[in-house]
Amino acid sequence: MPEILQIVVYGIVLGCIISLGAIGVSLIFGILRFAHFAHGDLMTVGAYFALFGVAVIGLPMPIVFPLAMIACALVAAGIDRILYRPLRRASPIIMLISSVGTALMLRSLVQILWGPDNKIYQAGIELPISLLGLKIKPTQVTIVLGALALVVLLHLFLHRTKMGKAMRALSDNMDLARISGINTERVIFWTWVIAAMLAAAGGIFLGMDTRLNPIMGWRILLPVFAAAILGGIGSFYGAIVGGLVIGIVQELSTLFLSPAYKPAVAFAIMVVMLIVRPRGIFGGKE
Amino acid sequence: MELAGLLSYLVFFLTMAGIYGILALGLNVQWGYTGQINIGVAAFFAVGAYTSAILTTAPSPDHLGGFGLPFLIGILGGMLIAGLLALIVGLITQNLRTDYLAIASIGIAEIVRLFLKNEGWLTNGVRGIPSIPKPLSGLLDNGDALLYLLIILAFVALIYLGMQRLFHSPWVRVLRAIRANEEAVHAAGKNVLRFRVEAFVVGSMIMGIGGALYAHFTTFISPGAFDPMFGTFLVWVMLIAGGSGNNRGALLGAVVIWAVWSGTEMFTSQLPEAFVTRASALRIFLIGLLLEIILITRPQGLLPEKPPKLRHGDEDQASS
Repeated sequence: MPEILQIVVYGIVLGCIISLGAIGVSLIFGILRFAHFAHGDLMTVGAYFALFGVAVIGLPMPIVFPLAMIACALVAAGIDRILYRPLRRASPIIMLISSVGTALMLRSLVQILWGPDNKIYQAGIELPISLLGLKIKPTQVTIVLGALALVVLLHLFLHRTKMGKAMRALSDNMDLARISGINTERVIFWTWVIAAMLAAAGGIFLGMDTRLNPIMGWRILLPVFAAAILGGIGSFYGAIVGGLVIGIVQELSTLFLSPAYKPAVAFAIMVVMLIVRPRGIFGGKE
Repeated sequence: MELAGLLSYLVFFLTMAGIYGILALGLNVQWGYTGQINIGVAAFFAVGAYTSAILTTAPSPDHLGGFGLPFLIGILGGMLIAGLLALIVGLITQNLRTDYLAIASIGIAEIVRLFLKNEGWLTNGVRGIPSIPKPLSGLLDNGDALLYLLIILAFVALIYLGMQRLFHSPWVRVLRAIRANEEAVHAAGKNVLRFRVEAFVVGSMIMGIGGALYAHFTTFISPGAFDPMFGTFLVWVMLIAGGSGNNRGALLGAVVIWAVWSGTEMFTSQLPEAFVTRASALRIFLIGLLLEIILITRPQGLLPEKPPKLRHGDEDQASS
């Protein structure tokens, strides 16, 4: 039993990381109506920005963290401006294909600049703390608390600020929101900023939890999509729940399945969900 | 010597362009005609290659078989198993929306990749399958590559002609109608789901043939050769650059993009030693950039799609 609980702890940590990606995918889908295939690689970019701050400039992680988020937001807003905006009038499917190209460009850029090898933020072994018979690493506590804080901030943003409300309105009913005078392009800009900041946070956490490499984001894209679909695509809270479910189930699957097939588990959950309840647990967008 | 080197490079170039042309023709049935997004091309490519390899190699303790069967049986097997996989995937995913299919297809590609890598009893894992026979080998002195190119070109011609014939058939008209307006096709009494599954299976079978031909060309395959993103991505760029929905465009795109891809290799090989490991990343970046430029400036591709002409009497043949 403690073994299973231990695995659940790993699952929660992974789930937090997946959730941060899934919220972004969900927001983008809600506003722009396309599945953003470059989201995983945006996470990679965020993680490597942080690596640049920590390893090259030599700043401490707490300072680097928000800076990397902002840098990643600028990258995403720039990509949207240059690559996606000219395609807005075409079908969302064309934007999806464009984002596949973006994904590859981002990943190869990371590889050109940092090389294909594994990197870490900090050398050395972390001593786990014992808590109720469970072994928990300080990094894991940081990840869960950090993700929680970001989610609370996002909740406040979506409910207390005018931009947040505009975003929700646009996601709920595009035409109605337009008629009531919401500036769509500004909302889209902020959608990218927020989605990319969360992606960067998720990417950095992923790098802290495991290691950094150029393909890390692409590898986690499938679980991220699965989480967004599970929670009901377009639904913010659904994405969080979806992320946690996918994370925990993926880790638990190692009890009876070769760990090599972990990504297949996310896929299986996603397919079953799409067949049984295509709108997700929380009834997302059509 | 110089000339011989150039000639043998040309043969290699055309062989690879031909194989990619077949993949692009397969994707054209799915994306070009029907509007399905399959980001798992590499999966069907790999399944075709592995099936044919296992069927045609000499018996080996390292992997399943080999069964030592003739080349054409291998190709047929590659086609059928790729089609079978597509049928299973299609039945599960075809009532999903296009973008969900796209997401599901990367899942398929990932699972196939993991399967090939981890199921050593079947595929010999990362060590791969060596000594896959090349047909017509030894018939001509130093002519193996050239003869194989002729085989590839024969397959390209066969599949192209088949696709062209199909393009003017009621079947493709229904697929194109589904792409344009699914509800209307449904309202017209067509079984949309069935047509979509059929298109997905036919496209994947063609990709399976491409994979099988590739296996016999390189004579050695391992999971590394079927990187899901890269293999898939190049085919997509080819089809979009050439002209989605146009078979001639698919082939032209394969030749042009393969030329660009090979050209960037010449360019990156000029780079200093220290950059060699990163050169492949640079090439992928440039191809990605090319795709973005095409999507923005010429989304219809080099040879835009031309709707098939309606011939007299065709209306009566169209059946669900």
